[in-house]
Amino acid sequence: MVFAVITFPGSNCDQDCIWALESVLGYTVRKVFHRSGSLESADAVVLPGGFSYGDYLRAGALARFSPIMEEVTAFAREGGIVLGICNGFQILCEAGLLPGALVRNRSLKFVCRDVLLRIENRSTVFTSNYKNEQEILLPIAHSDGQYIADAETLDMLEREKRVVFRYRGPIRPDAPDGNPNGSARAIAGLINEQGNVLGMMPHPERACEASFDRTDGTGVFTSIAEAVANRKMIPA
Amino acid sequence: MTVKIIVTHKPGVLDPQGQTVLKNLQQLGHKDVHDVRIGKYIEIDIDVSSREEAEKKALEISDKMLANPVIETFRVEP
Repeated sequence: MVFAVITFPGSNCDQDCIWALESVLGYTVRKVFHRSGSLESADAVVLPGGFSYGDYLRAGALARFSPIMEEVTAFAREGGIVLGICNGFQILCEAGLLPGALVRNRSLKFVCRDVLLRIENRSTVFTSNYKNEQEILLPIAHSDGQYIADAETLDMLEREKRVVFRYRGPIRPDAPDGNPNGSARAIAGLINEQGNVLGMMPHPERACEASFDRTDGTGVFTSIAEAVANRKMIPA
Repeated sequence: MTVKIIVTHKPGVLDPQGQTVLKNLQQLGHKDVHDVRIGKYIEIDIDVSSREEAEKKALEISDKMLANPVIETFRVEP
């Protein structure tokens, strides 16, 4: 199983992703710089978190024009599995690979803490390994995590079961409904129509080690690996 | 040729910065202020020979990169 982790100027979770995938979970990782023109035959692509291009203009707005994004877009259009975490999610929305947009948190504050998430769809290539878990605990750390889209798009996402993760707390005074950033319908992660591209604000790569007392993120990566292995078993 | 571009949130898209400034203005006693919208002002210099060409180019750039059509609208200042 080979993951490509893309580094944009200003990415700061690329090393976390590489650590989790390579050292903790034992997969092969190709470290791909944003100027590269190749995904190096990776089976799946991770766009990590951070502040690509300083979040100038809008979060993800400039990274989306990086040379490697042409490859990522082509890979996604051919059905390749692409996971965008935090800034990666913002880049996927800016690139038009996912609908909607991520704007400043309603509180106007950077929010950094654990959140409870409900897994709304366990039959995606990103969540199939979460067997009976209803809720998982993952950290978030962002300023621009408020997901918005028009009502029609939101209804479509719900109807097509494309909302994969939803914020469920924990209930705090600054987020009485358990929604840490004001996202529409408390959406924390969603997939594209074909189901091979996931964007999520929480960080699964920061919750993969028992020594951190957080392992709920592992399922995202093992699900992807399982999906890739299953695809390889089917002759083309 | 210098072109001035204004990018603002689409009507209906919540502008948390604008809302926060609005709240503060009202607290300061400016009860007659009923909305604040904060956007971006961008100046670009383009090497073209006519105003028309410059504006056409500016609109193209805005649509592609400077504004996100999901949440923002833009206009080129005359």
